[in-house]
Amino acid sequence: MTGQRIPTVRKPKVRKNNLRLKLAFLACLALLLLLASFFSEYLTPYDPYLQDLTIAKAPPSSEHWLGTDRYGRDMLSRVIAGSRTSIFASLLLVGFIAVFGSLIGILCARSGKWLDTFLMRTADLFLAFPGLVFALAVAAVLGGGVHNAIFALAAISWPKYARLSRSQTLAISALPFMQAARMGGCGSLQLVWRHVLPNISGPILVTAMLDIGTMMMELAGLSFLGLGAKPPIPEWGSMMSETRNLLPTQPWITLAPGFAIFFSVMVFNLLGDTVRDYLDPKNRG
Amino acid sequence: MEEFLRAEHLHKVFSSGAEKFTAVDDVSLSLQHGEKLAIIGESGSGKTTVARIIARLIEPDGGRIILGGKDITKTKGRELRQVYGVMQMVFQNPVESFDPRWTLGDGICEGLLNHGYARAEADKECRRLLSMCGLEEDFARRYPYEVSGGQCQRAAIARALALSPKLLILDEATSALDVTVQAEVLSLLDSLHRELSMSYLFICHDIALVQDFCHRVMVMHQGKVVEEGNCDHVIRNPQQEYTKRLIDSVLQ
Ligand SMILES: Nc1ncnc2c1ncn2[C@@H]1O[C@H](COP(=O)(O)OP(=O)(O)OP(=O)(O)O)[C@@H](O)[C@H]1O
Ligand SMILES: [Mg+2]
Repeated sequence: MTGQRIPTVRKPKVRKNNLRLKLAFLACLALLLLLASFFSEYLTPYDPYLQDLTIAKAPPSSEHWLGTDRYGRDMLSRVIAGSRTSIFASLLLVGFIAVFGSLIGILCARSGKWLDTFLMRTADLFLAFPGLVFALAVAAVLGGGVHNAIFALAAISWPKYARLSRSQTLAISALPFMQAARMGGCGSLQLVWRHVLPNISGPILVTAMLDIGTMMMELAGLSFLGLGAKPPIPEWGSMMSETRNLLPTQPWITLAPGFAIFFSVMVFNLLGDTVRDYLDPKNRG
Repeated sequence: MEEFLRAEHLHKVFSSGAEKFTAVDDVSLSLQHGEKLAIIGESGSGKTTVARIIARLIEPDGGRIILGGKDITKTKGRELRQVYGVMQMVFQNPVESFDPRWTLGDGICEGLLNHGYARAEADKECRRLLSMCGLEEDFARRYPYEVSGGQCQRAAIARALALSPKLLILDEATSALDVTVQAEVLSLLDSLHRELSMSYLFICHDIALVQDFCHRVMVMHQGKVVEEGNCDHVIRNPQQEYTKRLIDSVLQ
C-alpha cells in the first residue's frame, strides 16, 4: 500500500458561488432586521403603547395587520418596537462579550503563568453557573429589567470567547512565523495586532454570529420568565409571556412575537453557519 | 579572527505534564567572526532547539549567550530588536515561517519597516533581495501557500538577509532546494561571507555539503555535543563511535 496517493477532490466552483449567494442573501436579511430594529420608532404604524379597549383582542384586519392585544394595542407596532430590545440588545451583547472575552483570552495566552491561571479560573467560575440560576440571582439582587438580564447573560457568556481565543492564540504563537516576526523586530503588541488577531478573528467571528441567535433566545426566555424586560415595554419574550393564556382563543396575539423570535433567530443562525462554511479553507476555490 | 558568538553550558528541559525531557544538555559553542560552523546530528538531537535558544526565541534553563562581547541571555525589548539587526535565522519549515495572511513581500518588508525604512525603500529593497536569492519580483505579491517549498525557502533567506545581519543561523535552509538552486544559494552565502565576513551557524543533514561549505563541525547526539572540530578532520577521521555511525550511514 506504500506510495498510494489519496486522491484530492476539488470542490466544484459552483459550490463556492452558491455559498457566496447564500451569504449575500442572509447578510441582507440580517441587515434589514438590524435596520428595522434600529429605526423601529419610525416604522411602527401606531404608537405601541397606545391603548384602545374598544378594539381589544381584535383579529388581524386591514387596519391592524396582526390584530390587537387585550388592551387594544396594535400588535404589529409592538412586534416592530420589540425588535429594538430583542435584536439590537442581543447584537450589542454579543459584540461586547466577543471583544471583551477575546481580549482576555489573548492576554492569558500571551502573559505569564500566574495571570493566565488567575483569569482562566475566574472564567471557569462564571462558566460553572447555570445561566438561569445566575440570572435569577442577579434579578434577586439587582432586580429584574432588561439591563440586568443583559448583564447576567454577559457575565456567563464571555468565558466561552476567552477560552476560544486563548487556545487559538496559543496555537498561533507556536508557529514559526511568529518567531520570524519577532526576529523581524516586532514587540508583543505588534505581534498580537498584526499576526495573532487576523489569524484568530475567523473562528471568533463565526462563534459570535452563531451566538446572536442563542442570545436572542435567552434574552426572550429571561423576559418570558419575568426576569428581563418588564411590561409595558415591548419585548418579544415578555409579550409572549403576558399573553400566553390567550393562545387558545386569540392565538395571533401570542404567535406574532413568537414568530418574530423564530424568524430572527433562524436568520442569524443560518448566517453564522454560512459564514463558517465560507471561511472554511476546505471550501476555498 | 576574534570570537563573535559564544554559548556556554546551554540547558533546555521540556516538560509535558510530569515528564521531563532534556533536549539540550550542556552545549557550549563558539563562533569566530566570519566563520562557518556546522551542527550535524540525527533527527531529534536538539539542533533546532540550540538554534532557537541562541536566537533568543526560547528561554534556556541554564547557560549564557554572548554575542559580540555582550551577554544577550536576558536581553529584552528595544535592545533585543538591535540584536536581531545583527543575528537572523532561517527556519526549518519555510512555509510556516511566513504568516499565511501576508504576502511574501510583506513578510520580507516587516523587519525593514520595523527598523525605520520607509515603505517605498523597503519595497525596493525587498525586490533586490528577492532577485539576489533567485526569485522574480512578482513573488513579492504571492502568498506562502502559492509558492513551492524551495521558492518559499529562498524568500525566507531573503527575509533573513534583509537587515544585513552579521550572523545567520540556517536551520536546514538548503534542504528543500534542488541541487542547482542549492548551489546558487550557497554561492550567494559564500560571497556574502567573503565580502561582508558574515558568520554562519549551519544546521544540516548533508555531510558532503557540510564538508564543502563549513570550516568547523559540531556533532550532536541526544542533546549533547559528542564531537567538535575541523570539518575535514572530523568527517575523515571521526573519534567518537556515534560520529562514525552517523557519517557511515549518510555516506553509504
Ligand atoms: N516545544 C517543545 N516541547 C517539547 N519537546 C520539544 C519541543 N521542541 C522540541 N522538543 C523535543 O526536543 C528534542 C530536540 O528537538 P529539535 O527540534 O531540537 O531536534 P532537531 O535536532 O532539530 O531535529 P530535526 O533534525 O528533526 O529537525 C526532540 O526530541 C523534540 O521532540
Ligand atoms: Mg530541527
